[in-house]
Amino acid sequence: MEPGGRPGEEAIRVRGWFPAHRYLILRRVSQLAILGLFLAGPWLGIWIVKGNIASSLTLGVLPLSDPLVLLQVFASGHVPGTAALLGGLIVLVFYLVVGGRVYCSWVCPVNIVTDSAEWLRRRLNLKGSAHLSDKSRYWLLGAILLVAMVTGSVAWELVNPVSMVYRGLVFGMGMAWGVVVAVFLLDLFVGRRAWCGHLCPVGAFYGLLGEAAVVRVSAIRREHCDDCMDCFAVCPEHQVIRPALKGADKGVGPVIMSGHCTNCGRCIDVCGRDVFAFTTRFSNSSRQPVSGVNHKSEVSS
Amino acid sequence: MTRDTNNTRGMDPARRRFLTDTLRTAAGVGLVALTLGVYQRQARALPATAIRPPGVGDEASFQGACIRCGLCVRDCPYNTLKLAELGDEVALGTPYFQARDVPCEMCDDIPCVKACPTGALDPALKEIDKARMGLAVVVDQESCIAFQGLRCEVCFNVCPIRGKAITLNYQHNERSGKHALFIPVVHSKACTGCGKCEKACILEEAAIKVFPIALAKGMLGRHYRLGWEQKTEAGHALVTPDAPHQYNLPEGMRYEHGGRGLMSGEPPPAPSPPPQPFAPEAPLPPFSSNPLDTLNRKGGL
Repeated sequence: MEPGGRPGEEAIRVRGWFPAHRYLILRRVSQLAILGLFLAGPWLGIWIVKGNIASSLTLGVLPLSDPLVLLQVFASGHVPGTAALLGGLIVLVFYLVVGGRVYCSWVCPVNIVTDSAEWLRRRLNLKGSAHLSDKSRYWLLGAILLVAMVTGSVAWELVNPVSMVYRGLVFGMGMAWGVVVAVFLLDLFVGRRAWCGHLCPVGAFYGLLGEAAVVRVSAIRREHCDDCMDCFAVCPEHQVIRPALKGADKGVGPVIMSGHCTNCGRCIDVCGRDVFAFTTRFSNSSRQPVSGVNHKSEVSS
Repeated sequence: MTRDTNNTRGMDPARRRFLTDTLRTAAGVGLVALTLGVYQRQARALPATAIRPPGVGDEASFQGACIRCGLCVRDCPYNTLKLAELGDEVALGTPYFQARDVPCEMCDDIPCVKACPTGALDPALKEIDKARMGLAVVVDQESCIAFQGLRCEVCFNVCPIRGKAITLNYQHNERSGKHALFIPVVHSKACTGCGKCEKACILEEAAIKVFPIALAKGMLGRHYRLGWEQKTEAGHALVTPDAPHQYNLPEGMRYEHGGRGLMSGEPPPAPSPPPQPFAPEAPLPPFSSNPLDTLNRKGGL
């Protein structure tokens, strides 16, 4: 990235605007298409999908449920019914294949809100961030399960911005717009990626799933990297890149093994040198046989 | 944390920073968890006009089992159910209805319960007549025109369990002296809480309202038994029957307890017919100065 330039300029020059925004566009299409499926029923009377992101029924046969909501139900001392359990299992397996936080970057509607905040933050050149530990999300994840256990209720769903926005769009927002604005302002003024990258326990849960997921981004041609830092600038979890991109000397493989990589593909978009590509966890060829090296060398924030 | 703490306490600064950060995160998250817990406790207070769909047991356990997906809302053919929006008094995202707006039509196949993926709406509920969504209460006898001696009976007539959940109790109209009052009486053994009576009440503000059962229902002491019910159930009295009264009377006199009182020695005539339940006698005057009047008063001592 040239001083004062914007990330991805080289990629646009080399490959053209559309190829340099391919995954960004695909993600927006994915987010809006899934939302569209939910909205087609109440808005147009086309009932392909019923319900919302917490649990849904597609074409009257396919149940899908959010495993984290089910985990809260378990924590509150209830056993969900078969339909919900089956739906949760399908979703669990799906994200174990495509990447846990694919939920965050390809499905979650709050992603559009926080990406907008991040975009504006960059345009307004807002520097400085409140010091939030990116481990806070795990604490929060533990806390919401603890509260569910103590109160015997799915308490987090009273305030969860993710499900609140989705349910709001499909069933009626009420004052949930205020929560959307709050998350936007939090990310804009309080801290970069404060919500999605530091606090959101839903993201933390899917990040844990992502540790074991199959599909992963790999710095497959990392020897071509010219240290332009474009990928670091756009990555919502930029601490995940370094071990893979700069790990050749330490014998670390090129595949980004952190569960917090959201598989958003933005690094693939903005790299003018085609360093990154989607692969699987099994193609981490130059990885040393010592397991766990990646995790240990991962730099957190 | 800007103060240089190197060597001040002999603690490794990295370790110190780690501990401070951890404690700060823990304190922040603890505060969030506490707030969430308190908020959850408050969210259990269901407003009196919010009625839960069929198959909901107690409110606290429902809030642990319901994942706020809205599938029950979608499968309600009469758009009775809605999900609580942010700002409503009902716990966010949970289904409810307000009887005065749209009551429950009590579908035979109970589609809302069938739609529930978690079993928060109890799948064991197969007959809608056994649902206990709430309980109708004649809340305002001052406004209900039946109590003024006017004919209405709308609640009685719209009741889906007509003649069982609401009956008409005929009482003497003291004001006119010659008419009957047709008093609606709700029976919790049959009332499902569907709210059709509240919806149909002709007053500007309904005099019969459906409330959550926890609000509407009183309870006898657990040890209470109603003698006459026990007697009917068992087919005979469960206590030792009273010994026949023995009187030490002058020759040729008889005494009929609870009947005609003191009389001369003719053979007893046929017993008098029982008092009519729908035409009670005028209230008796206070005690007369003649003690024999009291002794001879009908209806016993």
